[in-house]
Formats: sequence, C-alpha cells, structure tokens
Amino acid sequence: MKDLALQALDAAARRGVTYADVRAIEIRDREITTKNGKAGHVSGSESLGLGIRVLAFGCWGFAATDDLTPAGIAAAAALALDIARAGKAAHKRDVVLAPEGKYEAQWVSPCAIDPFSIPVDRQLAALLAIDEALRRNPGVTLAETSMHFERRRQVFASTLGSLIDQTRVQSGAGFSALSYKNGEIQRRSYPNSFGGQYQLKGYELIDELHLLENAPRIAEEAVALHAADQCPEGEFDLILDSSQLALQIHESIGHPIELDRVLGSEANYAGMSFLTLDRLGRLEYGSEIVNVVCDARPVHGPGLGTFAFDDEGVPAQSNDIVRGGLFVGYMTSRETAAAVGAGRSNGCMRADGWARLPLIRMTNVSLLPGDQELEEVFDARSGIYMETNRSWSIDDKRYNFQFGCEIGWEVRNGKRKRMLKNPSYSGISTDFWNSCVAIAGREHWTLWGVPNCGKGQPEQVMGTGHGASPARFRKIKTGGAYGG
Amino acid sequence: MDRAECETLFSQVADAARARGVTDVEAIVAGEDHALTRFANNAIHQNVAERTVHLSVRAVVDGRTARASTNCLDRESIGEVVEEAIAITRLTDPDPEILPLAAPAKYVLVDRRFEATAQATPDARALAVGQAIAVVEDAGQTAAGIYSTGESFFALLNSRGVSAWHGETMARFSITAMGRDSSGWAKASACYHGDFDPLDLAARASRKATESAGPRELPPGRYTVILEPAAVLDLTGQMFGDFSATAIRDGRSFLNDRLGRKIFGENITISDDVWHPGQAGPPFDGEGVPRRRLKLVESGVVRDIAYCRQAAAHAGTTPTGHGFPLPNEFGEAPGNIVIAGGNSTLDEMVASTDRGILVTRFWYIREVDPYEKIFTGMTRDGTFLVEDGELRGGVRNFRFNESLIQMLSNVEALSQAVRASGEEAGDLVAPAMKVRDFNFTEVTRF
Repeated sequence: MKDLALQALDAAARRGVTYADVRAIEIRDREITTKNGKAGHVSGSESLGLGIRVLAFGCWGFAATDDLTPAGIAAAAALALDIARAGKAAHKRDVVLAPEGKYEAQWVSPCAIDPFSIPVDRQLAALLAIDEALRRNPGVTLAETSMHFERRRQVFASTLGSLIDQTRVQSGAGFSALSYKNGEIQRRSYPNSFGGQYQLKGYELIDELHLLENAPRIAEEAVALHAADQCPEGEFDLILDSSQLALQIHESIGHPIELDRVLGSEANYAGMSFLTLDRLGRLEYGSEIVNVVCDARPVHGPGLGTFAFDDEGVPAQSNDIVRGGLFVGYMTSRETAAAVGAGRSNGCMRADGWARLPLIRMTNVSLLPGDQELEEVFDARSGIYMETNRSWSIDDKRYNFQFGCEIGWEVRNGKRKRMLKNPSYSGISTDFWNSCVAIAGREHWTLWGVPNCGKGQPEQVMGTGHGASPARFRKIKTGGAYGG
Repeated sequence: MDRAECETLFSQVADAARARGVTDVEAIVAGEDHALTRFANNAIHQNVAERTVHLSVRAVVDGRTARASTNCLDRESIGEVVEEAIAITRLTDPDPEILPLAAPAKYVLVDRRFEATAQATPDARALAVGQAIAVVEDAGQTAAGIYSTGESFFALLNSRGVSAWHGETMARFSITAMGRDSSGWAKASACYHGDFDPLDLAARASRKATESAGPRELPPGRYTVILEPAAVLDLTGQMFGDFSATAIRDGRSFLNDRLGRKIFGENITISDDVWHPGQAGPPFDGEGVPRRRLKLVESGVVRDIAYCRQAAAHAGTTPTGHGFPLPNEFGEAPGNIVIAGGNSTLDEMVASTDRGILVTRFWYIREVDPYEKIFTGMTRDGTFLVEDGELRGGVRNFRFNESLIQMLSNVEALSQAVRASGEEAGDLVAPAMKVRDFNFTEVTRF
C-alpha cells in the first residue's frame, strides 16, 4: 500500500505540480440481512484502488484508478494533470491552500473483536434469533435485521512529505418490525432506523446494543401504533430522544456549517447555507444551554467521524461550533480555510473511497450534554415525546425542516401518557435551537452513527457521528406532515 | 471490458468454482470510465475522473446462496473471491424457495453507446462549461453545475450458459444560475452528449433566475401547480419501488389491496419500457432475465407489477425481468418508467391558470406515510406565481406534504412526455403536469 501510494505520488510530482496527494485504499466489507426468517442479503466485498489529486496551473485535477500496474498508475497521474490543465478554460483565481505540517504516522481505530473473525453463520444465527423474536408477535408482518462491517486501510502521501497509514473498523446493526393492517403501515426500529447504530468499533458493538432483548418491545410497539391516536397538529413542548436529536443536529447544524456550502461549491446540488460569513460570531444559533462541537479526535468517542488525520493529511481536531448559543465556527478544508483567512484547516476533508475527491464532511458534530436530569427534560405541562426517525427533509439553505418519527407519546405534567402515531414536527433551524430549554446529562448521551450522508457530484456517501442526549424544545409546531 | 473479455473472465470464475467442487456459479462484471467537470462561482472547482471494474460472484450450493465481490481481477484474486463466495454460501441456511440459476434467453438488444461521448475529453467539457458560465455571467449572475461524460458496461454470466452484456454511454449537464435573491436551474441527460445543448440549458436557468428575482412570500395552502417534467420526475419517481410483487408480499407497498383498482385519474397511464428511446440501461435484469414491457397503470387503474424469478414462482406467473442481483431482500422494481403525456403545453397550462404556482424542481423529498404515499419536500430554483394566465414573478419556496394518490387523481393537463432528469429520483420519461389542490404546508425564508 505504501509503495503504491508513493509510486503514484512520484508519478504525479515528477510531471511538475504545485501540490499533489494520493490516497491508496483497501476496503473489506461484509453485509448480512434477514427478512421474515430467511437470509436476505449475505455478501462480502473487497476493493483496492487509489486516487491522485494534483494542484497545477492553479487548478485541481483528480483521477482514480483500480489499475495498479505501473502503467495504470502513470496513466492516472497523467490524466489528473490533463484535467487540471483543462480547468484553465474556466478559471478565476489560483487555488491557495492554508499551510499544513508534514506527518508520518500510523493509527488503527480501537477494535476489541475483529468482526471478520466471527463466522458468517454465527452472525446470521444472531440475526435470525432476533427475527424470530419479532415474528412471535402475530401483528408483525415483516421482520428485518441487519449487520454491516467494514475495515478500511488508507495510506495518504503528499508532496508536503506526509505519509499517513490509518485503519478504521466500523460496525453497525439493527432491526425493524413492520405491521401492515387495514390500509396502514407502521414500523418500529431498534436501536435506530435505517440500519440501526453504527460506530467505529468491532463486533463488541453488537453485544453492547442488546438487540435480542429489545425485540419483543419493538414488535409490540409496531403493532400497538395502529390503535394509537394521531399526533395532534398544533404547538407543543417537544421532547426528542437522542437518536432523533442526532439527525436534527446533522441536518440543521452539521450541513449548514460546511464552509464549502457557504462559499457556493455545492450550490448546484446539496445547496448553500444560511450561515453566511457575516454571521460568524454574531448569530444566536441557539439558547444559552446549546453547545455544539465538531470533534474528530478519538477522545470524543468511537464515532463514524473519528480519525487521526483527515483526507488532506490534517490532524484530527475539536472545534467549537456553537458556544453558549453563539455561532462560532465552520468546518473547513485547507482551500476554504485559506479563502476566509483562517490560519489552518480544521481537518474536515473526507472522501468515501479511493475513487472520489475529498470534500468537507461532518466528522462528529455533537451537542454537548446538559445539566438536567432526565425527569427535568420531561417536565413539560403539555408536550409530545418523539422517538426514532421516520422521515427527514430540509431546504437547500437549511432553514426550514420537517421530521417525522416512528412513535410519539403525549406528555402531561412530566409523565408519558397515551401513545401517538405518525408524529412529526417542523420549524426554522435557528428558531428551533433557540427554543431549547433542557438537555439531559452525560449519562444519557449517545454518540450515534449516520452511515448514509450524501453530498457532492458525483455523489459520495459518508458516515458521520453525532452525540446527543434527550432534550426539550418549547412551542414547536407538530403534526404538519398530515395537515392541510 | 467487452463481451468476449467478460466471458474469458467468467471462464476463470467457473474453473475456480469447479476446482472447489461447485458447479452452479454466476458472475456480474461491471465497470465504468466516468469523468465529471464541476463548476461553482463561475469557475471550474472540482474536476475528476474515475475508472472502476468490479467482479461479483454468486455461488449456489445445496439450496444456499451468497455473494462475494472484488475489483482485483488477477487470477489469484479471482480464485480468492470465488473461495469467499463459496465459503459464505456454505455458512448460510438453505432457502426452500431458491431457484436454479437462470437459463439462457434471447435479448432484444438496444444500442446506447456513442463513441464520441465515450471519448469526450477534459478540454471539451471545460470548453462547454466555460461557454455556459459566460451565458450566466453576462446576466450578472453566478453559475454552478456539472458536465459529466462516460461509459459503462454491465455483464451477467452463469454456469447454465447465460451471457448477457450491455454497454452504454451517458452524459449529464446541470446548471444553477443565482441572482441576488433568486435562482434558476436546468438539467439534461442523454446517452449521446450531442442530444442536449449546454448553452440552451444555461440560458434557461439564467432566465428563471432573472424572472424569479425579488420573490414574494405567499401563504401556504392548496394551490393549482404546474410541475415541469423534472418536478414530476422528482415526485412520482418515489413510488415505483412499490410496483413490486415482493414489496406487496412483504406488506410494505402502497399497492397492497389496491391491485386492479382505479387509484389515479383517468388521464394517468404509466409503462415500464427499457426500449423507449428516452430510456437507458440494460435489457435484462440482475439474474439475466430479459426485461418485458409492463403497463403499470392504465387510465388510472393499477395493472402490472414487476416479478423477479422467485416472486414469479411464488405467484405462479412468469418473471418480468426486473429482479435485483441475488441474494437480496427487495426482490424487484421497474426501472425504465415512461409516464404517458397529453396534448397540452407548458405555455397553455400557464395561460389556463387563474392562480397557481409553477414549480421547476423539488428538493429533499422524503416519505411521510408509506401507504397513503404522502411525501414532503421543498420547491427550489425557480418557483413562480401564475396569475390570470401569466407568470407574475418568483415566490419564496414552499414545503409540501402531498399524497401521490391524491396528486395523480387531480391532474388537469399533461404535456408531451420527454426524457427528464432531476436529483431526487432516477431519470425517466415524463410530461409536465397541471395539478389542482396541491398541498403546500409551510414557506421558507428565501
């Protein structure tokens, strides 16, 4: 791997470039699913390739290949340079990069149990046991379970002289129970929807999730939702579980703070951001108890955004994004940091594989724990508690959002009362965060993994991390998804 | 890789499997050469190319099946991926519904490869991008977008003699023009890059940005909407995964208890037709079964659904050629949608509207209710008020919460169908639609 990376770097550098970097990546992947008592998808895959990024003639060029012969690597390096040269046809100003150091490092993410050392039949048996537990409830018409593991080794080499070898192992698992009855589909998922929980851990994550123990409750809730009352349309105190809050952070804080969006790089696809440069240090993003960090360091936890160096060779960092409610930071790259006069990138460039260019991506964007007990978070006279995301949507500048959840409960005087089906809420990002009145403490804080964040053209799918504990928000509009 | 190279590769797969005592084996060989020139702030800022090839092997052993994949195609790696496929297959449980590998069949081939598109250079893309930017810049606006070109192939081969190969080229151009407080967007895609004109698309996006400047805020509510083809694609494209026998059997389709019923308006007819000139993709499915044309909706009535081989065997019918590669939990889905058009035009729809909203495109569409097929999302990049038969300027973008069943029951006019390209669903052939009582529930701040 190191030889491949250095060979490619040499092939690019000797053609005369301002800067070049190479990422040689080897990925091993395993995915197992079950459906109604049978194996669904059982597969393993391996992928090896490299991407060469060059800065020449003031423009970027990038070429990726899985032809790792000397000729294949030389051709990719030549193509990257040709592409950079072509960029001069529509060029305004030369790309400038914020300075960065030279690093030689090796890092392996903590992994107690190698998931690939566990035989497929044992993993399948664990999922089938959960599947069976779900289907013991006769109201469950579709039981689905899944496990997903990935080991990714990446060697980064750059003309700054950096040579960084990182290996990350991530695991994910979850299940769902679907109930179709009388023209209505209801679903419950555990520990989260859309594949469950994902972290930068080995197979030990699977044991920590207590999947089988939770299957009967989830099945029961899926079936019970049919008889529940519809979530009312109105304004209520809203209490969110930490998994839904994690997605709220992702959509209404994580994406708007991407400096490439702010500067217009994503305008044609993912969109831009309401967080224009004049708002830094001035905008009251949230209430005083809202503190948000962007933290890629292993000390933050085993998140999908945890690493030692980003894909530009910048060390992992922690940066304040919202401090005491005030908006104080963006996520940056070497290029965008230079564009706004920052002294250094804060290390958020990531690519979803060897074939794609690094972009500014969320690392772990987390809401720090609050001081309240869980009982205080629920201490609403008239509120609605919502759990587990079902749908999510936000405009292309990240103002207006609407989320749906799988299940809700009416909260009266601090106590959970009747179950509510089809719960949803909506609002404007800054109004929402300024309405935050209670955040539960560290003991209720979970670092959730979002494995499917899309961005870029060609689109890249990235895993991001978001820590959150349950929180309460005052006077939020609910039920609009079924209104009108 | 051409068909012969894929067949040579498969013979190595079959040999490696036989050497391990397995005779039933299938391989997918797929690859692409793809390049994309991306621009923003009136300049090229990301400019990339990738070349990938992929071998995926499925073994069938004693009623069990599983898959292993690699992008390393040397003899040793091929042996390893076959070994892995067989090893994990043997560790799975037998599936009583598993079928033998598909048998050879005749394919009605479709030629979608254009040498000029395959050979498009970085310089050619950059030149077109530079000219398109100039159109927007001359209007005092800022351009962002992409121009991509490339070719791909997909081959499916198995030890019963199936050897299906399809190659095609694809080009896409999309552009957003941004004014001070407005934006406009246009996009096209085609197997031959000469079938669209980047300058025309740039002019269209720029005109929308100009004409929607100074957007006013209207209250949410039910409006007549005129949806351009991309907006029709964005929204209707969300439902076709439900026209699936497996989804219905699973109880996750909105067509449960609705097959054969009239659920849309009389003027809604939808087909699946891989041979339509506005379509792309191979004429066979993930098991090598030839695709068949389907009449999914006829005059508002749900007619055909897609069947993979296993779903067809379960239902006692014949497969339609829409199955996904095995093993999978989703079964099948139609992928070459053609929504029949009408005899109206976009201009006539505007002229016949007393008060309504014209929508260029939708954004961030997500399912709210899986059975009533309610979706939420936003308008974006060119949302206009229509009054007294004329466009009256831009409006702030709306959030909608709308049932597709309701929407397709409220269509008052359709234009001719065209190949449409959006960002929320795959390309399809769709008309513009005029729809009454479309449910906008909120307004955003721009």
